[in-house]
Amino acid sequence: MSSARKRPFNTLAMHGALILYTLIALFPVFVILINSFKTRKKIFREPLALPDAESFSLVGYQTVLKQGDFFLYFQNSLIVTVASLALVLLFGAMAAFALSEYRFRGNLLMGLYLALGIMIPIRIGTVAILDLMVSTGLVNTLWALILVYTAQGLPLAVFILSEFMRQVSNDLKDAARIDGLSEYTIFGRIVLPLVRPALATVAVFNMIPIWNDLWFPLILAPAEEVKTLTLGSQVFIGQFVTDWNAVLSALSMAILPVLLLYVIFSRQLIRGLTSGAVK
Amino acid sequence: MQKPRTRWHILVFLAPAVLIYTAVMIFPLFNTLRLALYSKIDQERVYTGLQNFQTLFGDPIWSEQFWNALGNNFWFFLIHMLVQNPIGIALAALLSHPRLRFAALYRSAIFIPTILSFVIVGFAWKLILSPIWGIAPSMLDAVGLKSLFAPWLGKEEYALTTLALISVWQFVGIPMMLIYAALLTIPEEILEAGEIDGITGMSAFWKIKLPLILPSIGIISILTFVGNFNAFDLIYAAQGALAGPDFSTDILGTFMYRTFFGFQLQLGDPHMGAAIAGAMFAIILVGVCIYLFGIQTRMRRYQL
Repeated sequence: MSSARKRPFNTLAMHGALILYTLIALFPVFVILINSFKTRKKIFREPLALPDAESFSLVGYQTVLKQGDFFLYFQNSLIVTVASLALVLLFGAMAAFALSEYRFRGNLLMGLYLALGIMIPIRIGTVAILDLMVSTGLVNTLWALILVYTAQGLPLAVFILSEFMRQVSNDLKDAARIDGLSEYTIFGRIVLPLVRPALATVAVFNMIPIWNDLWFPLILAPAEEVKTLTLGSQVFIGQFVTDWNAVLSALSMAILPVLLLYVIFSRQLIRGLTSGAVK
Repeated sequence: MQKPRTRWHILVFLAPAVLIYTAVMIFPLFNTLRLALYSKIDQERVYTGLQNFQTLFGDPIWSEQFWNALGNNFWFFLIHMLVQNPIGIALAALLSHPRLRFAALYRSAIFIPTILSFVIVGFAWKLILSPIWGIAPSMLDAVGLKSLFAPWLGKEEYALTTLALISVWQFVGIPMMLIYAALLTIPEEILEAGEIDGITGMSAFWKIKLPLILPSIGIISILTFVGNFNAFDLIYAAQGALAGPDFSTDILGTFMYRTFFGFQLQLGDPHMGAAIAGAMFAIILVGVCIYLFGIQTRMRRYQL
């Protein structure tokens, strides 16, 4: 390590390796984005050239906006993601509070029961989940997706949040109890604000898999009016395979919102991943 | 703390999470295993015991598909273990180097593929590797390797490996981040003590850091295992439910989907789908148990 500090050659090699890998990571995204703004001819003739005055074209985006209901898909994805996150955070925090704050019979068992779902993927139960949603009439509604993602997110949320809640000082809570505050007020006014960083971590962990999921939208909510953006772009691209402008534009439109979310939340996400919350 | 009356608030706090989790996750999980023991005969659900499993493993048409999917799934997992995790560790080792400039920038950029959906990743690579568009062949041409080009996603012998490598490209960010976090927790004193003994550079990595991050490598391995054995989206997005060419990219997730919903010539059969889900459950359970009891408990942990 110290030898690397002394030798500029090593530093150079390290930057070289990292730059090479960064290029590999970004190249496909870059190619899709630049070509979505070009005419069909130029897409094929000069796939790696940036769009210029001559090759610039929005024809793909026009097709996408005309043919696909991308605003509706986007809205559906947004509703599903936000609602699931809200439920995961609220119910997860409540359960984590109960498990970390009170001693009662079955506490440990309940914790283990809730932790089961961390390792076992919810997809295994798909056949019966579809049964359940059909019999409750929730199939082809956004509620079906919201419930599934809430159930999927809860185990890890409870696990992470109860770890953090154990660190909240007992004196603070006892002082509040002496002042006559109810347990609900203590949870809402004292504990929740104190674990806000952990809540953010849980939210960011859950956000990306929910937004990107293809399996459950495909199975539980394939109808046009409840399609999520991921499923919507999948179906759209499948239908327009030969229209390269439309396909590239649809891909770019699916990339941009995620990229935007990432730019906003990347610090939170990386802090969460590196803080050891998932050990 | 000890109050004589029932503490209703505990129930209130626990109820929503436990209810949703039980109703939407645990109950369907066991119900799926139960449904695997039934069959639909003349529009009626009939208990048939282990017959679905007998069909799955005994009937040559089914068992051939099952073993094909399972074998492909293991190959998929092996490539992740051999390519994704070493690259992730190497990137993390580079990034955790003190005084490396732009580390945050590299880290954020390399993580970008991980946040994209399988649909985007699948189609993007399909376009790039497509012989029609010609980006891949012309890039190989630029370095004089054009003869190496083949329509990788369209050839039976390469398609699965290509898809596995695409998946590696997408998810390398996760091992990178977790190992990076583990490397940051190694105290400077230990490394300095090593330096005094003349252990620096690469040998410091092999002899000091690697043994210390072994538990994190274990966690990454089990996460990779569980993730790979219920993977579906990438194959579906890139190759469709038939997992072409000629089922060469079929894995358990696509096999279950096809069986459950049916495809061109075959009607969907939820009970056979449930049987395959049961087999997947067993495989994942075995993997998790091997990790929990065989690897994790035997791993030496160092007090830092």
